[in-house]
This record gives sequence, C-alpha cells and structure tokens, in this order.
Amino acid sequence: MTPTSSGPKNQQERAKPAVHPAPKLLSVKNLIRREKDVLDMLGRDKLVEMFHRMMLIRAFEQRCEQAYQQRKIGGFLHLYIGQEAVAVGMLAAVREDDYVSTSYRDHGIALAMGIPPEPLMAELFGKSTGISRGKGGSMHFYSKEKNLLGGHGIVGGQIPVGTGAAFTARYQETDRVSMVFFGEGAMQQGVFHESANIAALWQLPCIYVVENNQYAMGTSFERTSAVSDLTLRAQGYNMGGYPVDGMNLLECFHVMHDVVEERRKHPGPALIEAKTYRYRGHSISDPANYRVKEEVEGYQKVDPIEQVRRLLAELKWLSEDDSKDLEKQARKEAVDAMQYAEESPDPDLSERDLHVYAD
Amino acid sequence: MGTQTIFFREALNQAMVEEMERDPAVFLMGEEVGQYNGAYKVSLNMLDRFGPRRVVDTPISENGFTGIAIGAAMTGLRPIVEFMSFNFALVAFDQIVSNAAKTLYMSGGQFPIPMVLRGPGGPAAQVAAQHSNVVDSLFAYFPGLKVVSPSTAYDAKGLLKSAIRDNNPVVFIENEMLYGLKEELPEEEYTVPIGEAEVKVQGSDVTVIAYSRMAHMIQGALEEFAKENISVELVDPRTIRPLDVDTIAASVAKTHRVVILEEGHRFCGVGAQIADDIYSRCFDDLDAPIVRVTHTDNPLPYAKNIEAASLPSPAQVIQAAKQVLYRL
Repeated sequence: MTPTSSGPKNQQERAKPAVHPAPKLLSVKNLIRREKDVLDMLGRDKLVEMFHRMMLIRAFEQRCEQAYQQRKIGGFLHLYIGQEAVAVGMLAAVREDDYVSTSYRDHGIALAMGIPPEPLMAELFGKSTGISRGKGGSMHFYSKEKNLLGGHGIVGGQIPVGTGAAFTARYQETDRVSMVFFGEGAMQQGVFHESANIAALWQLPCIYVVENNQYAMGTSFERTSAVSDLTLRAQGYNMGGYPVDGMNLLECFHVMHDVVEERRKHPGPALIEAKTYRYRGHSISDPANYRVKEEVEGYQKVDPIEQVRRLLAELKWLSEDDSKDLEKQARKEAVDAMQYAEESPDPDLSERDLHVYAD
Repeated sequence: MGTQTIFFREALNQAMVEEMERDPAVFLMGEEVGQYNGAYKVSLNMLDRFGPRRVVDTPISENGFTGIAIGAAMTGLRPIVEFMSFNFALVAFDQIVSNAAKTLYMSGGQFPIPMVLRGPGGPAAQVAAQHSNVVDSLFAYFPGLKVVSPSTAYDAKGLLKSAIRDNNPVVFIENEMLYGLKEELPEEEYTVPIGEAEVKVQGSDVTVIAYSRMAHMIQGALEEFAKENISVELVDPRTIRPLDVDTIAASVAKTHRVVILEEGHRFCGVGAQIADDIYSRCFDDLDAPIVRVTHTDNPLPYAKNIEAASLPSPAQVIQAAKQVLYRL
C-alpha cells in the first residue's frame, strides 16, 4: 500500500481547533471596561493610524510573497500575515527609545516600530539602501536609530540579547524597557530559561512576548510544549504572566501598556503570551500541510484587521469607504516600496570586506 | 619610573580596575567574580571597589549571560565577560559566533560589539578531558572575532587594556598555570597593541613560534637548548587573530627554520594556520619543512603520566629543533 503524503493521517485528527481562547469579535456592544478606556486613551486618530499600520504590514507581506516568486527576494522569507495586532498593538504602547528584539519573522515588528517600508523592502532585495545595507536580508533587520536589535536567525538567539538591553537600562538607570519577541517554539530553547531567570533575579525591565501562533514550523504547540498555558511558566521565574488574545488589537495594546507603565516605575521582567495565528506557512517554502483549511479559515473569521475595521465603522470613526481608501493607500505604499527597492543599486562589492571589524 | 613585582593574575586585575575607573561603561560579569573574588582570584577586591552594579555575579548560564553581555554591548556598555574556564564558553558558542562575531556585519555597520570574553583556557593539572580544551582555533576561525593569548604578565596587562578599549569582541585566553607567576612590571600605565607579535628571545638557529603557556615553557627551557647548542629565536604571536605575519616572516628570513609549538591539537590547530602563512610568505626562506609540536590526538586523560605524554615538553621541542636543523 503506497504511503499517503506526509500530511495528517486523516483530516479528523487535525480538525479539532488549536488551543485559543474563545475568539471575540470586537464590537461596540461587547467592549469590556478596559477596552473602552483604551479607546478613550488612544482616540480616533491613533486608532486609525494603528489600523493603517496593520494594513501596511499585510500589504507589505503580500508584496514580499509576490517579489519572492519573481525571484527579487532570495533566501528565507517568514511572513507575519495574521499576527499584525500583536506587533502594532504592543509597539504602540512603548516609546521610540525602548529596545526591541525579535526573530527572523521581523517584518511586521519593524514596520510596527515606524520604520518605513522602503529600506525594509530594499533590504529584502539585497540593495545598498537596505536597512542593513543589504547584508542582513529578511531575517536581520537592525535599526540603531529606532533601537531594533535584530532580526535573528537562530531560534531564541534574540532572547538573551534583548535581556541585555534591559540590563543596560538598569545599569544606566533609565526608565527604558526592552521588548523581546519570540515564538512558542523558541520558548523551549534553554537560553529562554537562562535569560528569564536572570531577568527576574536582577529585576531587569524586560518584557518577554511569546507570540504563540500555534505552530513551530510544522510542529503544533501541543507537540512542543508540556504546558498549554505558557503564562504558567512565569511563575517558575517569579515574574508576572499575562495572557493576551493576539487577534485583538485593543487587548494587545492595553496589556503591554499596563505592564510597561508598571515596569518603568518598578523595574522587573514580565511574560506576555499572545495567542495568535499565521495564515501562511512557517516560511515561503512551507505549504503548511500540517494544518487543515478549516483551521485557517476559523482564524480568518477573527482577523485582527477586519475586527478593527468593523469597530471603527461602528464607532463612526472611519466609514467603510474611508477604510477602503486607507487600505488602498497602504497597498500603494507597499508597491512604492517595491519600486524603491527595484530602483535602488546593488551594494558595491567593497561592502564584502566592510564592517567585519569595527575601527 | 617605578616598578612593581606582581603576580600574573594581579596584572589582569590591574588592567580591569584601571579600565573600569577610566570608563564607566566597562563592567565585569561572570560566575564567582564578585563575592567569591574570582574563581582564580583574578577579580580580587573588585566588588568592594566598584560595587554590584559593575561587578556582577551570574548564575551558571553561559549562553544566557554571554547573550546578555552582547545586548549590553549593543546598547552602550562595554562588558568584560569572565568564563571560569574557556571550556564553559563552548556553552555560549552560539551567542559568540551568531551574535558577537556577526552583528556588526549583518547590521550593515550599525552595531559594533565592544566586549571582552576572557578566562583561562587549555589544560591545567589533571583536570581531565572536558576541562582541558584548547579553544583558540575555534574562535580564531570566525571573522569578526579577535583572539588574544598573552604569555607574560606584562603582555597580559597591556593586552587586556587594549582589548577592553577595542570596539570588537575580543576573545582573551589566559592560562591558569601562569596566574601564579611573579614578574616585574612598570608602575606607570601602558598598553600593548593587539595584532603585534614579539620576539621574546633573539636567536639564530631556529625560530620557535609559541604563545601563552607554551611560550613560557620555552623561556624556561633555554638552558636545555643551549646545552644542545641550539640558538633559539622565540617568537610569541601574542595575538592569534589578527596574526602578525610580518614579525614571524622577519624571523624566518633570519633563521630559515621553524618549529611551531602549541598546546592544542594538531588538526586545524592554530599552528596549522601559522604554518600556512609561513609557507605562503616565506617558502624560499625555509631550509627545512616546518615541524609542529602539539597535543596528541586524544582527549586529555586524568592519569598524570598519560596526561604528560599527551602534551608538549621541552624535550619534544628540542627534538623538533634538531629535526629542522638536520641534526638528528
């Protein structure tokens, strides 16, 4: 009997939904007190800006897919589609002088930090105008100006590095915080344990955000983690653990806001678990046979961008038409970024030997 | 122009203390560096002098605290990471290679990593296989890292100061067996530049290239060489990467015969690189093939006699010298 594909043995096995809190669709009718407070805090303009930024991320990632298929982008490509609320909500709650580190799935984070799409797309195209001068690529976005400490290829490699930035904040006696993003797969690396223990021991203002998108490459969460509630692990390090619905922009914002506000006054670490979902595979070369269509569609029903669109319409803060225009604008920005990247020059060959060592 | 006679470990201590007083961004972190005063007492009294903010005792988490130091180096600080021994640095190999060595390049020049990774490396006395690694060539392999290994207290102090001031990650490999040696040093401040070898002993018959404990061993065996009528020129690279091939080449041009001595293994050892550089640069200056004296090809055993039989000795170097002199 010839074996079937390497996908699930039978569809029934994977049909059960991934672990996720009961999805809530944001609506004026069902906002909890905290979410209402957040709307007051943000105001219309800020919320519209965040909505636009989420759409920019999605449009940018969609352009990347296309560019990769056209061979304009090479190597590895890990898309953030579906996780936009986490990056935008959480980064809206911190300052520009706070530190950020993340994994190779860094496009969304970089855009959410306010880094313009042009140098990012140029980096993906390997051009000299790229944010890392074309020498990093998709997985290695760095920005000294905006305090983005990478963009890391080795799973979990960013965790102690981001913890080190929190060490600097404590050493220099500033009230800056360091946000460290990583996936639920990365959380199993021993270096997470080492970093979390030290952060709690030394009371470093380090906010660990585990973006639990339910899959570590092809391995589902229940097959990588001995516990299904990752915030429980916070107890093991004597730090606060905060669960977040990563599809809810407002919740992403207010949890980060509250945690950071506290940590600026009383330095110390925290662990936030954002349950989210990526609509695409692990990377561009992953067809995601380990998931069923119904699961992806289930998450698309609670799409973070659609939720905010609906809410903005209900609040009468942005009409459907204006919302469509804003989406068109975001798409245009992404296309313009591609144009910019296309027209940018390749790095000079002398770059090969530049910055191996510092002066 | 006064002098002081101090232990090798004190010379390292002085380097760190002076640099920490000079620059408030410099700090020391590692296991037992603070309250314990250092596993080998290199950081003696530093906690008292600088306090716990700047002399930081870590849990046993090499990968974690090395990465933390890298993050600190990226954000304005200048860490000195002490590894209780370089064997434990291998636990942090990913952070050292993936982040310390490569971040400046990958970020397009945005984030230099000014840090020092220091501690004792190599065999000690019967500490067995896992505690006796010579890791020099492992770190020297990666562009982006500098690797320094001093053999005298004078060099150690001067080079450590330079390493701390260097804006690159410097792997600074000391040797436990040298920590207890006394030496006369200037009282005045001085530095020794990274990337410069030194002819420690002038000679005419054969160039012996050795660093760290092995250079010290040769310094102590000069009489034995003299008894065999061999005039040794001892060249101590002091820095493994970047290697000062010029000084080595000048010596080869003078003596025409080379013995390379190292405490590490033969295959892909530092001596293999030095030999390659000499063959490329000085082929016509050589009157004999280069002979290398190295650790034998086995993990280092505990038993004293086989440990000794696994490591280089002055007798072996004399044999090697005779070989290149065709006196065997």
